[in-house]
Amino acid sequence: MSGAIRPLATLRVGEKGRVRPLKSGGALAGRLLALGLLPGTDITVVQAAPLGDPVEIEFRGMRLSLRKSDAAAVEVECFS
Amino acid sequence: MSRETSTQRHLHVALMGNPNTGKTTLFNRLTGARQRIGNYPGVTVERKSGSWQYGGRRVTLVDLPGAYSLAASSPDERVALDFLTGRLAGEKPPDVVICVTDASNVIRNLFLASQAADLGLPMVIALNMSDTAERAGIRINTRLLSQRLGIPVVRVVATKGEGIEELEAAVNEAADNHATMARTPWPESVETAVAFLAAECEKKGNRAAGLQDLQRALFDRDGGALARLGGFAREDAETLLAKAAEIIEADGLHPVSVEALLRYEHIGHLTEDAVTFPEKHGDTLSLRLDAVLTHRVWGPVIFVAMMLVVFQSIYSWAGPFMDAIEAGVAWIGDTAGPVLAPWPTLQSLLVDGVLAGVGSVIVFLPQILILFFFIALLEDTGYMARGAFLMDKIFGWCGLNGKSFVPMLSSFACAVPGILAARTIEDPKARLTTILISPLMSCSARLPVYTLMIGAFIEPAYGATVAGLTLFAMHFVGLAVAAPIAWAVNKFLLRTRPLPFLMEMPAYRLPRLRDILWRMWRRAREFLVRAGTIILAVAIIIWALSYFPRPPEVRENVKASAPTADAMAVDRLTDAAYIEQSYLARIGRTLQPVFAPAGFDWKITVGVLASFPAREVIISTLGTIYGAGSDVDEESGDLRSALAAARWPDGPRAGQPVFTLPVALAIMVFFALCLQCGATIAVMARESSWGWAAFAFAYMTILAWLGAVLTYQLGGFCLRM
Repeated sequence: MSGAIRPLATLRVGEKGRVRPLKSGGALAGRLLALGLLPGTDITVVQAAPLGDPVEIEFRGMRLSLRKSDAAAVEVECFS
Repeated sequence: MSRETSTQRHLHVALMGNPNTGKTTLFNRLTGARQRIGNYPGVTVERKSGSWQYGGRRVTLVDLPGAYSLAASSPDERVALDFLTGRLAGEKPPDVVICVTDASNVIRNLFLASQAADLGLPMVIALNMSDTAERAGIRINTRLLSQRLGIPVVRVVATKGEGIEELEAAVNEAADNHATMARTPWPESVETAVAFLAAECEKKGNRAAGLQDLQRALFDRDGGALARLGGFAREDAETLLAKAAEIIEADGLHPVSVEALLRYEHIGHLTEDAVTFPEKHGDTLSLRLDAVLTHRVWGPVIFVAMMLVVFQSIYSWAGPFMDAIEAGVAWIGDTAGPVLAPWPTLQSLLVDGVLAGVGSVIVFLPQILILFFFIALLEDTGYMARGAFLMDKIFGWCGLNGKSFVPMLSSFACAVPGILAARTIEDPKARLTTILISPLMSCSARLPVYTLMIGAFIEPAYGATVAGLTLFAMHFVGLAVAAPIAWAVNKFLLRTRPLPFLMEMPAYRLPRLRDILWRMWRRAREFLVRAGTIILAVAIIIWALSYFPRPPEVRENVKASAPTADAMAVDRLTDAAYIEQSYLARIGRTLQPVFAPAGFDWKITVGVLASFPAREVIISTLGTIYGAGSDVDEESGDLRSALAAARWPDGPRAGQPVFTLPVALAIMVFFALCLQCGATIAVMARESSWGWAAFAFAYMTILAWLGAVLTYQLGGFCLRM
């Protein structure tokens, strides 16, 4: 079962997906990987801040908030 | 060999771990009150250490800054890595590392341990908050895990003191056995790439970089690791790393994710069957709480309500304690004063200079203690991260981030700890911006000025409600200008790339009262030492400027001009006459024209000048100038009535009151916006540079003058309408 591939920033609260390999390197990628956001990790968008940004995601029991501008770099294969 | 013998008698232990693993609580449990707090040499990261005796050894524990990774992309992580590798000046590498993990997140937390394992240091894993993990149905077979990792694994509940004894024993054991954690097996291509880098360094004659450094450089690429190659120009180092990365890529591995993938894969093998999760797990309590606390509507409402409670508590709860301190100081002065009467200059120095200075320092303790009670509570419960989450969008546009919320809130008590709290911001750009605007937050030292002005000129005329609203509004003056200032600083002065904003939302926890009390005490002590000494020194300097010169004819003149006055009245008149011709007054008269557009007379100008090194000094200065005595406080009825009675002696407004409503407001606005605090400037210089500290001082002084002038002119215009 494979769903549409979308940037994480476009997922709505409650939507789930599987992380695709990060395209770029840099501080963001390094940090997300260290936290365990590896390619193939299942994530859920838990909530969004009152102004819609940042969003909070959950993966491997960790709850992490990140800005949509940063979340745009992460591609997710959505579960339909 | 020498290492062996030194290990026998004195163990150097480092405490390492991810943020939100209860590391501080564990540190406090292990060291008790025997702590030393300072800074790591050359960097602005707090260093806490403590020692105790165990098993015939002296154990010294150093608390490393919380880190998710040794990739060293933040100053905190760089310190942790440098400490572990013995690169930090004056620090030797630890004999044993305790890696604190949150038992509920042990797999993720082992990532850091796995990185540290590559450094070859003996290690112990502390599974903290095991009780919470067990309640959530997470089962950890510590014996099996310990076997697999090759190092002791200890079940700990730091808040309850469980497993502390066992942890100490395990540290001893790991030191004796040199137990190092199982390393991640790297594929040949990684080894080849590291060997390639080593060979290139060898060619350059750089032997300083060890294989571990080169491996970190390979994995991190654009982290601080680049500098570790040493001896290469930046471009050359980048080319080398790119070549090394190609070796990995040729093996079908992704250079960006290879470290994380392989480490997590290895951790997965190590923890298989040793750590088991229930079918459905997750912190449902935190999720339920967040449904309210970060709710679209209720979240911000609750947040603002909490901040109001914090303000209210500082304003009212601290009152009785501050009164008691002031009464105590006054009692000492009254008792000691007469004894020293034969030596008037010494009497004045000790009572009006030193004692008043000490009093003006310790009087802040109640407010600081109460505020840090709240800050510790907000942080330890996990709410601080929610506040940052709610606030990030508001801060983000001007170059700050949600984490600026903590230092900025702290700055409402005192910019000194606030600026120190800015260390938690990883992004250097957001950090500097936060430091530069922190002194605009209305700190507790401004409170006496507001209290005096509101109590004397607003509350009597407009009632308690308007007085309360005015106080609330004053707290927002600085905040309101801070955002555009931050935006401008970011837009025009700082041109580096910002770091991504990633923030863990920790599970909500019940805080431990002892940790909170401990933090309150530490912050209070920090204030006494850092700010207190400067405030005291300033009090004495200002005393001297207002006491000298002391020609005897001034007293004779007063006596001659008021022959019928009693001795008490003569004394007061004499004091006021002396200060009118003091050095301070002369400076004030000279500079008064600068402040005239804000409605300040020379006496207010003197007060403003005297309070540049420490703003609360204005109260005692005004007290002396207006003949109410220097031992007045902001609640003093004498001082309030003296201010209300003050009239312009000459000029166009001769006979009119000096302190009109616009003047009182202008004074408050001036104090809200001005950087009148030697301690803040000193801390700022240390946390950024003297250049930035000078910049902050300059922009805030200009801003304060503009604000005061605008307030006075607008206020006068409105009153005339």
